[in-house]
Amino acid sequence: MDWEIVIGLETHVQLSTASKIFSDSSTQYGALPNTQAGVVDMALPGTLPVMNRGAVERAIQFGLAVNATIAPVSVFARKNYFYPDLPKNYQISQFDLPILQGGSLTFFVGENETTVNLTRAHLEEDAGKSLHENFTGPHGESSTGIDLNRAGTPLLEIVTEPEMRSAAEAVAYARALHGLVVWLGICDGNMQEGSFRCDANVSVRRKGDTKLGTRTEIKNVNSFRFLERAILYEARRQIEVLEDGGTIVQETRLYDSDRDETRSMRTKEDAHDYRYFPDPDLPPLVVDSGWVDRVRANMPELPAARRGRFQTELGLTAYDAAQLTMQRSTADYFEEIVQHLPQGSAKPAANWVLGELAAALNRDDLDITQSPVSAQQMAALITRIVDGTISNKIARDVFAAMWEGEHNRDADAIIEARGLKQITDTKAIEAMVDQVLADHPAIVDEYRSGKDKAFNSLVGQVMRAARGKANPQQVTNILREKLDS
Amino acid sequence: MSDAPLHTQFNSIAQLREALVSRQVSAQELAQSALDAIQARADLNAFLHVDATLSLEQARDADRLLADGNAPALAGVPIGHKDLFVTQGWRTTAASKMLADYVSPFDATVVAQLRQAGAVSLGKLNCDEFGMGSSNEKSAFGPVKNPWNTATNPGGSSGGSAAAVAAGLLMGATATDTGGSIRRPAAMCGVSGIKPTYGTVSRYGVIANGSSLDQAGPIARSALDLLELLDPITAFDAADATSLEHCNGTPNQPGRVRHDFDRAVQAHQAAGSTPLKGLRIGVPDEFFSADIQPDVAATIDAALKQYESLGAERVRISLPRTSMSVPVYYVIGPAESSSNLSRFDGVRYGYRTAQYNDLDEMISRSRAEGFGSEVIRRIMVGTYVLSHGYYDAYYLQAQRLRRLIADDFRRALTEQCDVIMGPVAPTVAGDLGTEGSPTEEWTADIFTISANLAGLPAMSIPCGFASKRNLPVGLQLIGNYFCEGQLLAIAHAYQNVTDWHQRKPEQQ
Repeated sequence: MDWEIVIGLETHVQLSTASKIFSDSSTQYGALPNTQAGVVDMALPGTLPVMNRGAVERAIQFGLAVNATIAPVSVFARKNYFYPDLPKNYQISQFDLPILQGGSLTFFVGENETTVNLTRAHLEEDAGKSLHENFTGPHGESSTGIDLNRAGTPLLEIVTEPEMRSAAEAVAYARALHGLVVWLGICDGNMQEGSFRCDANVSVRRKGDTKLGTRTEIKNVNSFRFLERAILYEARRQIEVLEDGGTIVQETRLYDSDRDETRSMRTKEDAHDYRYFPDPDLPPLVVDSGWVDRVRANMPELPAARRGRFQTELGLTAYDAAQLTMQRSTADYFEEIVQHLPQGSAKPAANWVLGELAAALNRDDLDITQSPVSAQQMAALITRIVDGTISNKIARDVFAAMWEGEHNRDADAIIEARGLKQITDTKAIEAMVDQVLADHPAIVDEYRSGKDKAFNSLVGQVMRAARGKANPQQVTNILREKLDS
Repeated sequence: MSDAPLHTQFNSIAQLREALVSRQVSAQELAQSALDAIQARADLNAFLHVDATLSLEQARDADRLLADGNAPALAGVPIGHKDLFVTQGWRTTAASKMLADYVSPFDATVVAQLRQAGAVSLGKLNCDEFGMGSSNEKSAFGPVKNPWNTATNPGGSSGGSAAAVAAGLLMGATATDTGGSIRRPAAMCGVSGIKPTYGTVSRYGVIANGSSLDQAGPIARSALDLLELLDPITAFDAADATSLEHCNGTPNQPGRVRHDFDRAVQAHQAAGSTPLKGLRIGVPDEFFSADIQPDVAATIDAALKQYESLGAERVRISLPRTSMSVPVYYVIGPAESSSNLSRFDGVRYGYRTAQYNDLDEMISRSRAEGFGSEVIRRIMVGTYVLSHGYYDAYYLQAQRLRRLIADDFRRALTEQCDVIMGPVAPTVAGDLGTEGSPTEEWTADIFTISANLAGLPAMSIPCGFASKRNLPVGLQLIGNYFCEGQLLAIAHAYQNVTDWHQRKPEQQ
C-alpha cells in the first residue's frame, strides 16, 4: 500500500533587533546568564511591556517579501502557562489577529519549482532558558538554573499550510525561508544559536485519501539535516503503527539526534488550556499604509526580483537563477563577478559559483562571505576561460592554487608561473596532430573503418602531448580536417 | 491636639508652600513631626513601612532646594504612597504575604514624578491585598481603622491612603482605583479623591490588578490639594503603552489639568453669585435604588441642593445598565488579575513555601500560602472565565457589555448633562470584622465600577455625615473624558461654600 506524507512547518525566526521586543535590554547572544535581563524581562512587579517598532518593521518586510496580507490592526494576546523560564507565566504572542496572513514562498526541490502557501506569521516573545544539566544550587545540590537573557527576544513565527509531501520538500522550504530572512536582514540565521528553529507537523495517509491523518508535532529541530531525518523517522513510525492496525495519537514529540528517533513529549490530553485573551497592557498594533510604504522603500531587492533579472538580463536558466538567489551573499558575489566580466559571460560565472566554488566552500565549511577567493579574483580567473587563455579543466587547477593562496590568489600570475597558458597557435597544434597520427596508425585505421570512439582517443593523445594546454575546440577541428581529407 | 503634625496648621498645600518658601517652616521639621504623629497613630495601621532615614533625607533635599530659592511646587510637602506603587528603599508588599520582603530596584513613574516635584515620602500605605477589596480588611498585614470611628473600616482598597490623610498624618497620598478604590475610601474617611481618565497617569510601577481598569490618582483634603498632586503626574509615559500622548488634541503633560481648572474657575468667578449657572448635573435614577441607605440618599440630596443654589441645574437621567456593571466588572477584572498575578510563583522573588517535592508543588503551595482568600477567589474566577469553552460566554460577552455601559455614559455626558453626580457608595463605613458574603462585598462597588469600565474621570468629595454614628458620606462626580480640571473646579465651587472637607475626626 502506498502512503503519502503530509508536512506543515512552523518556524521561529529570531528577529535581528538590537533590543528585546517589549523592553530595551540587549538581545546579544552569549552574554553571562541573566546579565541581559532587565526589570521588564524578569517581570518584576509594576513593569509593563512596550512594543519595539523595529520588530514590527521586520515582520512587515517579511510580509512584503512573501506577498502576505499585512493586517492594518493586529492584537497581542497573553498565552498563559506556568513555567519557571517564562517570568510572567504568560507569553505575549498574537493569537486570532496576527500581523501577517497568507503569502507564499517559491523554491526548487531538486530541479522542480514548487510553491508553498503560508497560513500566517505572528510576532511573539521568546522565553528564557532552563539549565538542567551540571547545575548546582547554593548548597551544592543538583538544581535547575534559569537564564533569562533570551526572555523577551523577538520572534516571528511563520506557519505554512500542510502542503509539503516529502522530507526533501520540507527541507527545501526551510532552506529557502532561511535564505529569505537572512537576505532581508531580519534574522542572522544562526541555527546553532537558535535564531532559526523549525517545528514540523507530520501526518501520513493512504495515497488518494483526501482527509488528513492525525498529526504529531516535532519540536525545535535546529538543523536542516536533523529536520529531514526527524520527518523521515516520524513518517516511518506512523506508517508502521498504522500498518500494524494501530492509531496515531495527537502529541508533541522531540527529536533525539543522537538516537535518530522521535520521542513523545506530551499528548493532547495534557495539553495546556492557554486561556488566551488580548493583552490589556498593549493597545492593538496599528500598521497604516504609510508605515508599510516607508518599510518598502528601505527594502533590499527581493530574491524573486533578482531571480527574474538574472534570467532576463543575464540569460540564466530558471534553475541557476534560483540557486544563485537562495542567499543574498551568493547573489551579491555572483553579480560582482559578472560586473568584471565581458558581456555574455554570466553562464560560466554561474557554473563556477554553483560548482567549483560551492564545493570548495562546502568542503572547508565556509560561508561565501568567508571565501578566501574574492569575487574580483574569481572574475580574473573566469576572464581567462572566456578569452581562451586556459581551458575549463586547467582553470580548476588554477582555482585550487588560488584557494591555497598561491601568488596572492592572482589567476594570471599562477597561469604564468605554471606555464598553463592554452596553446592556440594553429601551426603548433597541427604539428602535434601530425605527430599523433604518425605515432598511432592503428587508431587511425580504426577510425577510418567507422569506429567513432577512436576519434576521442586521438583527441586524448593530442591533449596529452600538449599537457592539457591545447585549445580542445581547435584540436577537434584540426584533427577532423586531417582525418577526413 | 498637641501632637498634631506641623502641616495640619495649614489649610492647603498652597498655604504650606508659602510657609516653606518663606522659610517659616522647614521640610525636615514637617517630616519629623509627621513621623512622630504616624508613630503615635500606629493604632490605625495605615502605614506598612516607615523609614525615618529615607524620609528625612528627602526632606533635607527639599530644604536645600527651598534655600536655593528655586524649589519645585511640592518641595517639602509630606505625602505617602499606597503600597501598590513600587519604591526604591521602602518595601513594596502590595499588602500581601507574597511580597512581604520585596524591595523594588526602581520607583514607579508616579513616585518619581512626585519626588521630582519635591514631595517628601513618609512611607508606604496599607491597602487591600493587590488592591482587591472594598474595606481594607483584605490586607495580609491587618485592617486599617477609620479615624472617624476606629471600630469601622476605612473603605478600600486605598484605606491606608484615605485614613492617613483623614487623620492628618499626611497632606496627601497616592492611591489607585480599579473599581472605586480611590473614591470609596475617600468617601468613608471624609476626604477628597480623584481617579483621572484612564491613560492620563502612568501605570508603570503600579503593581497591576486589572490592567484595563487600574488608574492612579491622589487622595487629599480638598479639590485644590488634589489639583496640586494630580497636575504633576498627568503625563505621557513611554514606559506605559496605554499611556496617552494627547488628551483631545492637547499634549498629556503637567499644566493641562491646571489650565482647565483655572479656566473653569475664572468662568465661575465671572458668573458672580451663581457661579455654576448653566451647569447641568445629571443624576441617575439607578444611583438611588432601593439598596441605598435613606440617610445617605438624603445627604447626597442636600449636596445636590447646594449645587442648585450655586446655579446648577439638576437633570434626571437614566443609566439602565448600572446593575450590569458589577457582573461585567467581576468577569473582566478577575480575568486580568488572574493573568497579572501569575508571576507571583515563588520562583524568582517573593514568598516560597517551605515544603515541596517538585516544581508544580512548589508553585501551587507558594501561591496557596502566599495569597489571601479574596485574591485566590479572583484568580479562580478569572481563570474560569478565560478557560476554553467559557471565554465567549463570559469574557467576550462582558467586553461587549462594557462597551454598551461606556456608550450610556458617553451619551449622557454629551447629550444630557455636563457632569454626573450621585453617591459613591450606598452606605457609610461598616464595622470592622462584619464583612458580608463575597457577592455583598462586590455589589457595594455598584456606583463606582462604571467609571472604571468606561475609563471616565471620577471623584469623591465629602458632603456630610450619616448614620447613627455620624460617619462621612462622599458625593461622587463623574465627568467626560479628560475633564479632570473641570471636575476639580466644580468640586472646588462646592468646597468654597461648605466646610465638610475641613472637618477633622477629633472634632466630631
